[in-house]
Order: sequence, then C-alpha cells, then structure tokens
Amino acid sequence: MLDFSFLLEPATLGVGQSNLDLMLAGWVNTLRAFAGAMFLALAIGVPLGVIRSLPGGGWASRLVAAYVEIFRNIPLLIQLFLWFFVVPELVPERLGWWLKRELPQPEYWNLVFALGIFMSARVVELTRAGIGSLGKGQSEAATALGLGTADTYRFVLLPQALRIVMPPLTTEFANCLKASSIGLTVGYIEITQRAREISEQTFRTFEIFAVATLGYFLTIAVIVLLLQVLEHALRIPGTRMGVSQ
Amino acid sequence: MNSFTTNLGALWTGMPFLINGLLFSIALTLGAATGGVILGTLIACMRLSGRRLLVGFAFGYVTLFRCVPLLLVIFWFYFLMPLVIQWLTGARFPVPIGPVYSAFITFTIFEAAYYSEIIRAGIQSVARGQVEAAQALRLSQVDTYRYIILPQAIRRMLPVLLTQTIVLFQDSSLVYVLALPDFFSVASRLGQLSGETTFFYLFVALVFFLICYSLSRAVRRLGRAQP
Repeated sequence: MLDFSFLLEPATLGVGQSNLDLMLAGWVNTLRAFAGAMFLALAIGVPLGVIRSLPGGGWASRLVAAYVEIFRNIPLLIQLFLWFFVVPELVPERLGWWLKRELPQPEYWNLVFALGIFMSARVVELTRAGIGSLGKGQSEAATALGLGTADTYRFVLLPQALRIVMPPLTTEFANCLKASSIGLTVGYIEITQRAREISEQTFRTFEIFAVATLGYFLTIAVIVLLLQVLEHALRIPGTRMGVSQ
Repeated sequence: MNSFTTNLGALWTGMPFLINGLLFSIALTLGAATGGVILGTLIACMRLSGRRLLVGFAFGYVTLFRCVPLLLVIFWFYFLMPLVIQWLTGARFPVPIGPVYSAFITFTIFEAAYYSEIIRAGIQSVARGQVEAAQALRLSQVDTYRYIILPQAIRRMLPVLLTQTIVLFQDSSLVYVLALPDFFSVASRLGQLSGETTFFYLFVALVFFLICYSLSRAVRRLGRAQP
C-alpha cells in the first residue's frame, strides 16, 4: 500500500536530513538550472532573432540560421556531452584545464550552458516569427516617422513581437524546466536524480516518483500562471494580443 | 585527441556496432511513432467526441505527459511495467520485461500525447462548412471522417507529425539511461573502450545532425508543396 511516511524519516544519504529535505534540495537545483538556462536562452536568442529578421538577409542572418540548425538538429543529450567532455579538449590548453579542473560546480555550469544554448535556438525562431507576423506596415510607418532601424526595433517591432510570442514562449519555459532533468547524466543532482536515489535507498519507488511528478506538475503550473499574469499585465490597453489591429 | 588515423582505425573496428546501434535507434523511433500515431488518433477522437468522460480522460492524459520530463517517464515505466503486467496476468511476482520493451512502450505512450494534439489540431483545422456539407449530403459520421475530414486533415498535419518524429528520433538517445544499445550509447561505449571519447562524441553528433537536418529540410519542402 501507499505509504508516504518515509518522506519525513531521516535519509540514508544526507546527514540530519529527511528524504523530503533531499527532494526539496533537488527541486531547488532543478529551478536553478532552469533559471540559468532560460536567462541565457533569452539573452542570446532575442538578439539573434532580431538579426535573423533584419530585412535583406546578409551573412549575419545566414550565420544565425546555421546556428539554429546546428543546435536544433543534435539531440540535447549529445550537446550536453559535447560541452562537458569534448569542448575542454578542443579549446586552448589553459582554458581546457580551467574548464576541467578549476570551474566551480562544473555539472551546473555545463548544464546551464548546454540547455541555454539549446533553448536559445528555439527563442531565435520564436522572435523571428513574432517580428515576421507584424506585417510590413509597422516598420514602414516607423520609417515614415523618421525612426532608424535600431529605434524601429526598440520602440515599434520588439515591444509588439515579444508580446505576441508570450504564449509559445510559455511552452518553451515549461520545456526548459523538463529538459533540465537531462543534468542527471552528468551527475547534476536535480529532482529526478534525487527521486532515483531515494527509491534505491527506500524501495518506495512508486511514492517517490509520484512526488517528483507532482513537483514538476506544480512547478510548471506556477510558471504558466505567472507568465499568463505577466502577459495580461503587459497587454496594451485597447489592443488584442498586445498588438494594434 | 590522437592522430586522425588512430581515430579512423577505432571507427572502422567499431563500425558494425555503430550500424547496429543506429538501426536500433531507427527501429525504436519508427516503432514508437507508429504506435504513438495510432494511440494519438484514438486520444484525439476521445478529445473531440464531446462525451464528458472521454474528453476528461484525453485532456488528463495529454496534460500529464506534457508536464513530466521524458527521462522521468522512462524511469516510471521501467519500474512500473513489471507491476502492471503482474496485475494484468495475475502472476505471483512482478514480470520483468527488460529495458528494450520498456523503452518501446514508454516512447509510444509518451509520444501519443504529443501526436494526439497535432492530430486534434489537424482535424479542427478542417472548415466547419465541409462537415456541414457532408451532413447535407447525408454522409454518415464514419464516412464524413473517411472521405471529407481525414483526407484534408492528414495532408495538413503531415509536416508537423514528421517534425515531431524527428524530435522523437533525437529523444530516442535518452534510452542511454537504461543502458540500451542505441546509437549514442554504443558510440559512447566505443569511445571509452578505445580512449577516443572526443572523436566518437563528435562523430555521433555529426551523424545525428546530418540525418535530422536533411530530414527536416525534406519536411519543410513537403510543407511548402502543399496548397
């Protein structure tokens, strides 16, 4: 029968911690990886998406297209292993040494980097699609008002495009949270890995996996809710989907 | 990284294993895609049936699997399947089914949630007038689906279904955690045995890239070719 009392019992793995404490620590690690990776994905993805959307194309736009194809067409697990095991061998020796021996929390930073870059490729495409959906009239009107390219993006295109892509971006936030579980393959102890460890120690596999599942479920529910609140708060009064019709 | 000839030597020795690994990954993808589309169609039909119980079940199924990482689901089923089979067959002990079957079942059930959403969107994208016209012609519900809705819906959703299958092919590398002989796990093992980890990881990444990139380009062309 189901019995969740083991959660409050002292854990075999941790000193003075209960199994629930360990799960919570794993959950915090999941959130840390998610936050770091999503920050990186947005910081890289939005500017690259802007470059990709620039009229006329050019070599910069083609370079970004190649970037997107590379990081979309290699499985995330392999990307993580490339960052973790291969990149330190290919960079200059001193940097490789630092990556392998001196980087603090190597599992965390490698996961954030791999996941962030992987997600950034999706953010690029979203940003480009958002800007593309605005129609030529917006940028033409901005040009007619005497705005330069930079100002057109800053004051006219991006504020509208980023509002439009909020719903699909919410899905990507959830994807990023789920994908952070991949960290367990390089020894990052997040919530899935914690559940496995506790299941091996207590044989309460069903219960502990249920706790982990509920953890993901609730976290995603809260993330979706927060982003929806944000979407509503940012909505421009008198418009639909934050865009003048 | 050692000299390139040593790398090629290790690659040549490992080639039969790599080919078998790649075939395993492809078989897992195609098997799970077939099962996933069939199960996904069923769930999409439940979702659109208008019967509260079926709609609720389909909604719960899709929401649950979309909120849980595939890795966790892989562990869930690896542990749960023997118990479920024990319960179904009334055996005295949990029936071990091994990681291979477990992986096939996991991917089928997991991907069905994603496929069902694509199929549902495809069916819903067929204009209402089409269904009404079919009713006006006194076609039965089955005939309406068979001759009016599905031929249009399938054409529309085919590119998205194929894209999802490319994602599935990439995700099939996650069976690494069950120590299955898939392409990535085999390459990873060979790398460790020969000491050429760097080379084998790069090799496997390149092969995955070439396959997924050319497939996704073909899908894009297919999508553009449609009316």
